[in-house]
Amino acid sequence: MLPPTHSRVTLRVNGVTRTAELDHRTTLLELLREHFALTGSKKGCDQGRCGTCTVLLDDRRVNSCLLLAVAQDGREVVTVEGLAGAPGEDGQLHPLLRAFNDRDELRCDDCAPGQLCSAVGMLDEARSGQPSVVTDTTVPVDAPVRLTTAEIRERLNGNLCRCGAQARIVEAVREVIV
Amino acid sequence: MKPLEYVCPRTVAEAAAAHAAHPEARYLGGGTNLVDLMRLGVERPELLVDITRLPLDRIEELPDGGLRIGATVRNSDLAAHPLVRARRAVLSQAVLSGASGQLRNVATTAGNLLQRTRCGYFHDLGRACNKRVPGSGCAALEGVNRDHAVLGHSAHCVATHPSDLAVALAALDAVVELAGPGGGRGVPATEFHRLPGDRPERDTVIEPGELITGVLLPPLPDGTVTRYRKARERASHAFALASVAAVVQLEDGVVRHVAVAFGGLAHRPWRARRTEAALLGTAPTAESVARAVEAELAEAVPLRDNAYKVTLARDLARDVLGALTAP
Repeated sequence: MLPPTHSRVTLRVNGVTRTAELDHRTTLLELLREHFALTGSKKGCDQGRCGTCTVLLDDRRVNSCLLLAVAQDGREVVTVEGLAGAPGEDGQLHPLLRAFNDRDELRCDDCAPGQLCSAVGMLDEARSGQPSVVTDTTVPVDAPVRLTTAEIRERLNGNLCRCGAQARIVEAVREVIV
Repeated sequence: MKPLEYVCPRTVAEAAAAHAAHPEARYLGGGTNLVDLMRLGVERPELLVDITRLPLDRIEELPDGGLRIGATVRNSDLAAHPLVRARRAVLSQAVLSGASGQLRNVATTAGNLLQRTRCGYFHDLGRACNKRVPGSGCAALEGVNRDHAVLGHSAHCVATHPSDLAVALAALDAVVELAGPGGGRGVPATEFHRLPGDRPERDTVIEPGELITGVLLPPLPDGTVTRYRKARERASHAFALASVAAVVQLEDGVVRHVAVAFGGLAHRPWRARRTEAALLGTAPTAESVARAVEAELAEAVPLRDNAYKVTLARDLARDVLGALTAP
């Protein structure tokens, strides 16, 4: 019998069903890192400002540091590990990971997992026609959004890079689109 | 954080009952503000009532052309909704100008209205704040107050409400729908947030036991044009220093409907009734727009560090109203 401050939580993480008994204060980020040993997602600001904890939750990019794990019971999570494919099988790499590898000699890798998850989520959002604040308001509402540099920069605004590698990150995302 | 209990009810009645049964209960929506405040120790709930699985996640078109937005509709879904984008662009623009894609994917409509001020002294447990601890004083009055209010503030609190969405709702004459023990009621978005007065700890007019179930947008006259503009310190992902939401309908060059609201200037979205009264029924010119905006902002009482906000709000409002009333 669990105390009333704890619950059993089941999630599908990178395609695998996993269960944990958790203190309700545990965030999704802490569950992934400390209980499931998925340390790709990083704890940065822990306030939803830097984006380094970004994962995909039911296919939407979210800041895992601000989500209580108990409230995500039954949902599906994809972390950067889930984008990487099987170890050693380079052919399985998500094209964005390959583009980041090719373009980004500069980065320290602290922000990269969040940048990658954010970019994957952002590409889906644009494909389904979701606007950003810089989207041309005269474009039909159901058309996919053309990802200009301004669109990419605005849509990746929730991820900070302290190395100054943003320009390369935008290039990498552009390469995947074309 | 304190140890806490958690429930995830499936009906509004169950949620309200669970919340009412515990004095230290909080409703949990997306949690993008609440979890952060819990970590800082500003909020110390003992029970979270998760409302995100209540059946309040729909946007419905009403027979009269109005829209009802459920309380738990995500900010990203609200901003992308075809009827919002096509007829009420001001709302889509306001939501999209706030936060990041990750936050908008989680944050809810009701939670956006209920977010707390971003005043740094409210977040700092070591400093006086009447909003956090009633009667303790206000460190912002003589502190660094460049982000703070220029309208409607009091000697007890100079904090601003940080929402962009609420500013657009104020200009759209939206009504916040509440469920309570005695039934439901609707509160105009312009009256939903309180001015601080001597009770700054109360952000809104919500009574104990009440829960936001949705927001009602009344129909707009045909030919209405709308716009949101926001000024901030970075190009993106920052709160407004000042913002303006405007809704205008012209007929033969004459203003038949006008609603203007400012964000970032006050403890609530600031509806510019004087500006509206000066423009209604007139054929606006650059000069008359400028005078109309001035009529409202003449009420401003800046603090030591934030007189710039008056100039900024003036320029934003002139620009937006000038564009929306151009022949």
